[in-house]
Amino acid sequence: MNIIEVKNLKKAYHDGVTETVALSGVSFSVRKGEFVAIMGPSGSGKSTLLHLLGLLDIPTSGHYSFNGKTVTSYSSDDLARLRNKEIGFVFQSFNLLARTTVLENVKLPLVYSEVPEHEWNERATKAIEAVGLGHRIGHYQAELSGGERQRVAIARALVTDPEVIFADEPTGNLDSKSGKNVMSIIQKLNQIDGKTVVLITHETSTAEHAERIIRLMDGEIESDTKVKNRLSVDDEYVK
Amino acid sequence: MNIRHTFKTSFTGLTTNRSRSALTILGIVIGITAIMLVISLGGGAQALILGQVQGLGTNTIAIIPGREPTGPSDVSALYSDSLKQKDIIALQNKANVPGLKSIMPTVFSGGTSAYDVNAYQVSIFGATEHLADIFDLHPDRGEFFTMDDVLSRNDVTVIGSKVVEHLFGNDNPIGQKIKIKGRNFKVVGTLPSTGGGSLFNFDNMTLMPYTTAQDYLLGIKYFSRIIIQTQTDEQVPSASADIAQTLRDSHNITDPAKDDFTVQTQQDLANRLGTITSALTWFLVAVASIALFVGGVGIMNIMLVSVTERTREIGLRKALGATDRDILSQFLLEAVLLTAIGGLVGIILGASLAFIIAIGLSKGLGVNWQFIFPWSGAILGLGVSALIGLVFGGYPAKQAAKKSPIEALRYE
Repeated sequence: MNIIEVKNLKKAYHDGVTETVALSGVSFSVRKGEFVAIMGPSGSGKSTLLHLLGLLDIPTSGHYSFNGKTVTSYSSDDLARLRNKEIGFVFQSFNLLARTTVLENVKLPLVYSEVPEHEWNERATKAIEAVGLGHRIGHYQAELSGGERQRVAIARALVTDPEVIFADEPTGNLDSKSGKNVMSIIQKLNQIDGKTVVLITHETSTAEHAERIIRLMDGEIESDTKVKNRLSVDDEYVK
Repeated sequence: MNIRHTFKTSFTGLTTNRSRSALTILGIVIGITAIMLVISLGGGAQALILGQVQGLGTNTIAIIPGREPTGPSDVSALYSDSLKQKDIIALQNKANVPGLKSIMPTVFSGGTSAYDVNAYQVSIFGATEHLADIFDLHPDRGEFFTMDDVLSRNDVTVIGSKVVEHLFGNDNPIGQKIKIKGRNFKVVGTLPSTGGGSLFNFDNMTLMPYTTAQDYLLGIKYFSRIIIQTQTDEQVPSASADIAQTLRDSHNITDPAKDDFTVQTQQDLANRLGTITSALTWFLVAVASIALFVGGVGIMNIMLVSVTERTREIGLRKALGATDRDILSQFLLEAVLLTAIGGLVGIILGASLAFIIAIGLSKGLGVNWQFIFPWSGAILGLGVSALIGLVFGGYPAKQAAKKSPIEALRYE
């Protein structure tokens, strides 16, 4: 079953005078439980594609079906609810709330969800333990290392138990050791918990954790290939 | 998102930036403090004035010669000699004014008093023995003059504390003779100080029978005022109508517009003074409101900065599922909480200042100044400051809600 289906997806930006085409009609699909990496140099449209797939932005034209729903016609509030329920985001710059504890950060999506409040702490604690940060639960963002911050962000993405995790350069701001650790957690989410993962990266080493790599160039798909020698979960980094 | 969490989120937003939040509400605090102060002091002043007016007794009616002028050219309004002895006789007739309990003609004048080598400018107040009752006067030495003194036109006087001080120093004035306008008067009593803040200040007065004052000192046949007391407060309105009718008959006036006297009840006076003080109070409130408005603009300014500064936070919240409404209510509530807290602080501060000033006035001026907690000001202040939050927080909150999640996330 395809969880993501896009046909001829286009995105253009107008600044009043000129039109800049970021995506000029891409079509592909992602199966449920698949791990796809989207690669490409900067300006290739990979961030734009991720924003469209993550329901953060609306395409100029084309068709997008997410988890069986035609979302191109959804209102911004409907999209917000869908993001909350079925999508988890991991950003390059973590985007944790300052002066807020790990627990409060991870609980943030629940505040906007329909999950009853008495389950919040339990769910958040479970998600934090799943990324190996159970001992850091009451700590503030400033007290965490970069790798730990990204793991908090992953826990936050998991807490609503979404179908798909979108990760935008999740290792971009990390040293190689923390980066590997984060990637192994993401791969585990895909292989053990069966989450669909769509990852953006410009590093081949990161992309090779995925099953499949879509390469973008100038707003078009250049290639769509299976990864032959896939990097596997490196358990020694997961505590 | 439920209301409780909107509150929590907004509150967290404010407490993470404590010093800025405090500075932001300063304008509101100052505005509400000023309003509270003005209303409280205005209320205190009103209570003081009304207290003194009503200290005469609400069953008191004053008859003043002349009518209130209808315009600058209405010279005929000033009949200063229109109240005569025959009016007293007519008013004393139970058939004319059934509610009358006592009637007291009075005359005022100025003059010099002297004792030995000391001289002092005094106000001469001629009245009857009822004066002590009506103004609640209790001589600290000697006695008040009597009905006999009034009937026999005796040269007796009761003097105020300042007169005692200037003429006698520390000596006992009782039984001594002082010269008033060149005529000898025997001091029969002295009054304790009534204080500088009183509406009726007896400190520099010499009180004497009006008969003596009229015949021997001033050489006049008319009265400055006639003071009447009714049996009960309820009789005041009917008695004032009766008094007016009696005087019109006595003066052969058929058209009430041509009255040569004015009947003034204590209630009229209290109402009029009350109107003046509250008009003054509300004028000052209007001035203080400008401070509030400026405070509101300050809130809007800071909220706009805050929205820009927290663009990434807004983007993140939206990415994680916050709807436009969630963001709008978060920022709107932050603004309302800010201004409401500012209002609350202003209310406490204003009331405390008013309280301190009330104590200062009571002790410093020796007047009975009451502290009044202005409930109307407090409710108004809290309501207005919350409203300011809504109005001036509305625009920034709308700006925040309008942000697209990707624009916001991209913002550095």
